[in-house]
Amino acid sequence: MLKHRKKEDKKDHKKKSHSSIDSPRKRLFLFILGGWLLLLLSNQVDEFSLYQGAFVATYAVGIASIILLTGYSGQLSLGHGALMAVGAYAGALTINNLKWHPVVALIMATLIAGLFGLLLGAAVARFSGPYLAGTTLALAISLPSLANQFPILGGQQGLIFDVGATPARFGDEFSPYKWFFWIAALAALIIIWFVANIAASRFGRTFRAMRDNPIAAQLCGVNVARQKVTAFAISSGVAGLSGGLLVMLITGVSPSAFPLSLSLLLLSGAVVTGLYNLKGVILGGLVLVVIPEIAESLLTRIGGSENLAISLPGFLVSALLILAVMFTPNGPEHIFKRKH
Amino acid sequence: MTQFITAVLTSLSSGAIYALMALALVLVWRSTRVVNFAQAGQAVLTTYIGYEVIQRTGSYWIALVAAIISGAIIGAFIDRFFMRPIFKRVTSGPIVLIAPVVATLGLLGIIEAVIGIVWGLNNQSIEPPVSNAGLNVNGTVIAFSLFNAFVLGTVALAMILLTLLFQKTNIGLALRASAYSPEISKLSGIKVDMVRTLGWAISGAAGGLAGMLYVPSTYLFPNAMDILLVFGFIAAVIGGLESMVGAVAGAMVLGFAINFVTTYISTTLVFPTAFVVLILVLLIRPSGLFAGKKGRSA
Amino acid sequence: MNGLIVNNLTVDHGAIRAINNLSFLVPRGKLTAVIGSNGAGKTTLLRALSGLKEVKTGSASWNGKSILNTRPERLARSGIMHVSDGKSVITELSVKDNLALAGLWRKDKKDVAAATAEVIDLFPILGERIKQNAGSLSGGERQMLAIGRALIARPKLLLLDEPSLGLAPLIVEQIFQTIKALTTKMDLTVVLVEQNAMGALKIADIGVVLNLGTVVAVDHAQTLLNDPAVRAAYLGI
Repeated sequence: MLKHRKKEDKKDHKKKSHSSIDSPRKRLFLFILGGWLLLLLSNQVDEFSLYQGAFVATYAVGIASIILLTGYSGQLSLGHGALMAVGAYAGALTINNLKWHPVVALIMATLIAGLFGLLLGAAVARFSGPYLAGTTLALAISLPSLANQFPILGGQQGLIFDVGATPARFGDEFSPYKWFFWIAALAALIIIWFVANIAASRFGRTFRAMRDNPIAAQLCGVNVARQKVTAFAISSGVAGLSGGLLVMLITGVSPSAFPLSLSLLLLSGAVVTGLYNLKGVILGGLVLVVIPEIAESLLTRIGGSENLAISLPGFLVSALLILAVMFTPNGPEHIFKRKH
Repeated sequence: MTQFITAVLTSLSSGAIYALMALALVLVWRSTRVVNFAQAGQAVLTTYIGYEVIQRTGSYWIALVAAIISGAIIGAFIDRFFMRPIFKRVTSGPIVLIAPVVATLGLLGIIEAVIGIVWGLNNQSIEPPVSNAGLNVNGTVIAFSLFNAFVLGTVALAMILLTLLFQKTNIGLALRASAYSPEISKLSGIKVDMVRTLGWAISGAAGGLAGMLYVPSTYLFPNAMDILLVFGFIAAVIGGLESMVGAVAGAMVLGFAINFVTTYISTTLVFPTAFVVLILVLLIRPSGLFAGKKGRSA
Repeated sequence: MNGLIVNNLTVDHGAIRAINNLSFLVPRGKLTAVIGSNGAGKTTLLRALSGLKEVKTGSASWNGKSILNTRPERLARSGIMHVSDGKSVITELSVKDNLALAGLWRKDKKDVAAATAEVIDLFPILGERIKQNAGSLSGGERQMLAIGRALIARPKLLLLDEPSLGLAPLIVEQIFQTIKALTTKMDLTVVLVEQNAMGALKIADIGVVLNLGTVVAVDHAQTLLNDPAVRAAYLGI
């Protein structure tokens, strides 16, 4: 226990000197700065890039939820796609049935998914390792098909998620893709700032203690089960927001938007860019969006069958995942840290 | 009445296939403490190999043998040349617990992508060796075929062989000992690494058998075994991940639950049923049905 | 020289130096007791010698052959048996299966059967409980099972890690006497790591005292028993 604390102090100390996100004021400053930069950026790039940028932001939010749950609190979930779906459907229903504003819909997506995560987390709080993985896996495959059971969820066709026209005050030149980008980027910034705050707070330390040595944590008075549920609930809320953003971008939600592969894709993105540090979320989102592009340009260069075209992105992501596990298992920044 | 009997028979038949996948997962779990998600990839790959054999020889039986043997080889290969290096490299940090699992997920993706590149994503078919048509019992046709009976019989035979192997042979003792305590086994002179690779080989063979028994009832495409993996995993977890008996029991529980729900309630509730069964079992017995005092932490 | 030679051994447990520049000799055919308080590095020493722990500095050889950083199963097959601490039996297996483990790799099945019979002769209680799960055995019985299992491999060097831990005094006496008898009868070389310093020194030929990973005293066991400093520090006198 003593040795562990020593290591933890060392890490925090290192963080203080290397990381720039070490105080709440600095975090807020970065958040505002980042937002302003993105605003400027959005006026310079073309519509397609804006659309892709929105996807990057969406995936970044999703990856943040995984980092919070698996990286910080040590619970492995293979079913975050299902949590995204919960948020997505909640958001769609809010717009269509309650006729509320799209931003409110996104908030509802977060809250409902968080509530769902709270219940689920309470149920699985005492599971560990493979049992949790199995349960979330089962959730991932079963939840989307529930949409077929309840007509209000729109069955196979799904529901429409339309954020409506861009606000009039932005003028006619303001494209909907820019609007998507603004919403998604703002959401991503808020989430990253929020999760970073959690990580630096007492919560974050408790989560990490729980992750590394649950027995010792319990002996120190940590209510492990309750903390696990808390982490699960927050992570689910964040995932729900990501789901809401996703269906905003594809203007509709349906069961086929949330296959098992989405959950695995999110996990891959998180592992590849560092499961234990938020610094990689944006990069993670970028990786997930950029891989299909890379695959396409690779193919035009080397030429190939249609089979190759369809399977290559999956191959690249999986290969990246394996390489990440083998060479940068604890995050890319560890390559530069020497073993002492 | 016939509906009930049919439901029971189809439950046994699908439970049998889940049992094979569950067994394969439990074997690897016990020897390596890893959930081998690549199992789905291995199983579908061996089924494609079986498919190629059928294309060339026209015989399902030769293909079946080929699938089982190639499954064993591929399983051993993955342990020796993929898992072992990963365990050697990843020795510290919080990632240690999940790195192997994530690695198997990556391996799954690679195998399925390669299959997609080589064979394409179109549905292929493997013809069952015996009739897949419903049997005629006293004038009514039930949803249970000769092929289903064949599946049931084959899996039962495999179970008996595996039980004999584990309980009555020296190799079986080495396998069990290495799973319970690698350290004591090493200190007793047992080559634990080789034994573990053997465990992976047997697991791969089981997966190979499962594929050839499953695909004739459906189509062959790169992701064909994914659902079976999920059900096999759920079955293994229900049974407690610690024993072969548990794996079979869990598979039967799952098979019966799913088949009875689809027969009597609705055909679209397959996945939700699996989830509900899993959560109910784990809430009542968090270590699964048959787990002993070891508890559910890795 | 014949026997176990340990030279300048240094072993780290992460950031902690468990063994620091350790050197000592264990002559062949003798019983050497290694005593010291908790954290002295005794268990780490045995684990380094049986291949369970990687060693970067120092050397150790048995009968002239280096044994460090070798796979444990290799060492076990070459006659070095380590009975690890905690009554190392596999509780889920039967007594019979536990015993069988050490003979699984041996080709001479007849000798394995003979050795097993000898072990049951030595520890009759094992014969009575032969079909029971090892988990149902008492502490002392488990220790006998662990030692018995090691003997079936016909070892030449026996490394025993705190066999008396948690056992009743009467049983401890029995086990110690058995170990002493085995050393002479079977021409065994025994390294007996113990916290029960008195009991270990009483049956040993040579005593090695460890403290914080280094050797603080090596002498004939009888001499150490009579040494006032040792008595004060380790024998509670």
